[in-house]
Amino acid sequence: MYRYDEFDREFVTSRVAQFRDQVERRVSGELTEDNFKPLRLQNGVYLQLHAYMLRVAVPYGTLNSSQMRMLGHIARKYDRDYGHFTTRQNIQFNWPKLADIPDILEDLASVEMHAIQTSGNCIRNVTADHLAGAAADEVADPRPYAEILRQWSTIHPEFLFLPRKFKIAVIGSPNDRAAMQFHDIGLEVRKNDAGELGLRVFVGGGLGRTPMIGKMIRDWLPEEDMLSYCEAILRVYNLYGRRDNKYKARIKILVHETGLDDLKKDIEAEFERIKDGVLKLPDEDVAAIAAYFAPSEFADLPAKDDGLEQAKLDNRSFARWVDRNVVEHAQSGYAIVTVALKGTGEAPGDATSAQMDVLADLGEKYSFDELRVSHEQNVILPHVQLSDLKAVYDALLEAGMASANAGLITDIIACPGLDYCALATARSIPVAQELSQRFADLDCQNDIGDLKLKISGCINACGHHHVGHIGILGVDRRGEELYQVTLGGSGDEQAAVGEIIGRGFSKDEIGDAVETIVDTYLARRLSDDEAFLETYRRLGPQPFKDALYPAKETA
Amino acid sequence: MTTLFIDGAVAEDPWVSIDGEQPVPEAEDVIVSLALFEAQRHALLTRNEGRLGVYLEADDQIDAIADDLGKIDLVALDFPSFADGRAFSKARLLRDRHGFAGEIRATGDVRIDQVQHMRRSGFNALAVHHQPTVDSLMEIKDAGLNLFYQPAIEGAEARSSSGGRSWARRAL
Repeated sequence: MYRYDEFDREFVTSRVAQFRDQVERRVSGELTEDNFKPLRLQNGVYLQLHAYMLRVAVPYGTLNSSQMRMLGHIARKYDRDYGHFTTRQNIQFNWPKLADIPDILEDLASVEMHAIQTSGNCIRNVTADHLAGAAADEVADPRPYAEILRQWSTIHPEFLFLPRKFKIAVIGSPNDRAAMQFHDIGLEVRKNDAGELGLRVFVGGGLGRTPMIGKMIRDWLPEEDMLSYCEAILRVYNLYGRRDNKYKARIKILVHETGLDDLKKDIEAEFERIKDGVLKLPDEDVAAIAAYFAPSEFADLPAKDDGLEQAKLDNRSFARWVDRNVVEHAQSGYAIVTVALKGTGEAPGDATSAQMDVLADLGEKYSFDELRVSHEQNVILPHVQLSDLKAVYDALLEAGMASANAGLITDIIACPGLDYCALATARSIPVAQELSQRFADLDCQNDIGDLKLKISGCINACGHHHVGHIGILGVDRRGEELYQVTLGGSGDEQAAVGEIIGRGFSKDEIGDAVETIVDTYLARRLSDDEAFLETYRRLGPQPFKDALYPAKETA
Repeated sequence: MTTLFIDGAVAEDPWVSIDGEQPVPEAEDVIVSLALFEAQRHALLTRNEGRLGVYLEADDQIDAIADDLGKIDLVALDFPSFADGRAFSKARLLRDRHGFAGEIRATGDVRIDQVQHMRRSGFNALAVHHQPTVDSLMEIKDAGLNLFYQPAIEGAEARSSSGGRSWARRAL
């Protein structure tokens, strides 16, 4: 993975000193909250309902064991002993004191981490496929590109005060595990017939109150042009994106209102002007960054491990965990482990400092010192030998992290909601907890099969409800929490925005409503192999509407 | 009270801002609004004495003056608020796309924490109201860093010695 050199170290250290000065000026009153706000936001500091919140960047979701251990240390020392992994592959601490934040940033800098641009109207932390460098279907590792973009976008003087936030995601497989098409810019690394690497470029995707699937603006962009093209897009957006209404300020609205063809003319004209300039990426520089992500030194192992097969026969719980939470690695004899932070009744994505320590130890011992955070709020051990899976499982079981529910209905994504967030209009975590308990039975979950359930506590859609196979959006209606249900959304390569199924449900009703949807699916699927999304796509919304709103049927 | 900084130093302002319908003095250096420029374009561009500057509000685009930049000596770009970053891209385009070598002046809500970004985007003059910003600039403290992860305006920064990164820069 990427390691800081002298330049990076000096940069992050001076940035901490700069923010320390800004915090001092805020505390002394020289800076008003209004003036301080854009500065603290660019350093990941939000003002939440009850306290400041610090969002720490985990660039493209990759971290090493000492970084994970440091996150645990921060939770223990400065917070209430836990942290929350987010849908943007970051981690949030919910209770730090403002005066402590410069010290936290200094601790982070000591392990090559920061909180730069994790909020504010700037280019946010770049995300990527959480299985990068490990997935069997990968064309090329997307992380070198994400790292180059991270660097270029860091304190880019021109793009720190954009109309609105700006998110970039990069994938390197035909299968999209990063919801790439729901980002302001989505990049897919691919190879052309000549074997050269380049990018397919999408623009104007996003969730929020106006969900839109990104539009392909370039089927092929040579990799040397990546920064020039992104700079051209950002420049056009900065000049022409709407600033009169924050809900219409994302680039997706500019794309929608201007039309892709007209906007593309401006972008291509600017790109044409700058493409042979200073941003053109020399092959050797791309190669130098890519070298940081060179494959680990894997042992030459058979594809099957007898010890593992025996352990699965001996221990049914372990076998089920392997079936759900372990997927194929590109390297024979290795596997990718999903640690689901989704125990029954727990807040999705939360981990205690002790759990972070365990994850760090496991990463160090069994996964070439590497861990990942997924946008589905889980932690990944990307490179585990098959013969080590049982030991990993045992350690996870002891630490309360062995939920065998990856990709199942209780592997819920949920935003922090009204329990923490100043923007929220309804609670998300208690709904997630109730559903997690309702469907806790593993036989029942496995029978239901692959199902992505996603919950947002407001229209801003941090819980990605638009792309949930079942999406739940909590709104406020006259002081009461009301939960709207969308069906059929998908964040993968067959991207789709879920359809609102009908009137919303109260907090007491939402659990039954989800169960009705699931029962309808189970009754109507063609076979056990037809997943929920396939059944929904085949049948459309009507059978689900009929089941949810029987009164209407008779009316 | 506005303090003008040019290339980092306090400077007298020889320019007079003209707005509305008042006549343009023949021999003075004037900054006119885009509306006035468009209304009196020919007269303004053919004056014998006195330099010409144009003030662009945040909603104005530089395309409106692009063809005449050879006869314009100063462009003032407004920051209506700290959070409105359009002028950064306009300054960048003036320098890079149009090769404009005259003064680019930041006006409006100019704050110390953005001064370095302004300079890196092509501004060489700042008209500052905010007193703490004036004080900091007097102390030559621009609240910025010395290392950059992207090339900005040509000539202002050196290639970083850090190997393998064509995009990294270091302050001169």
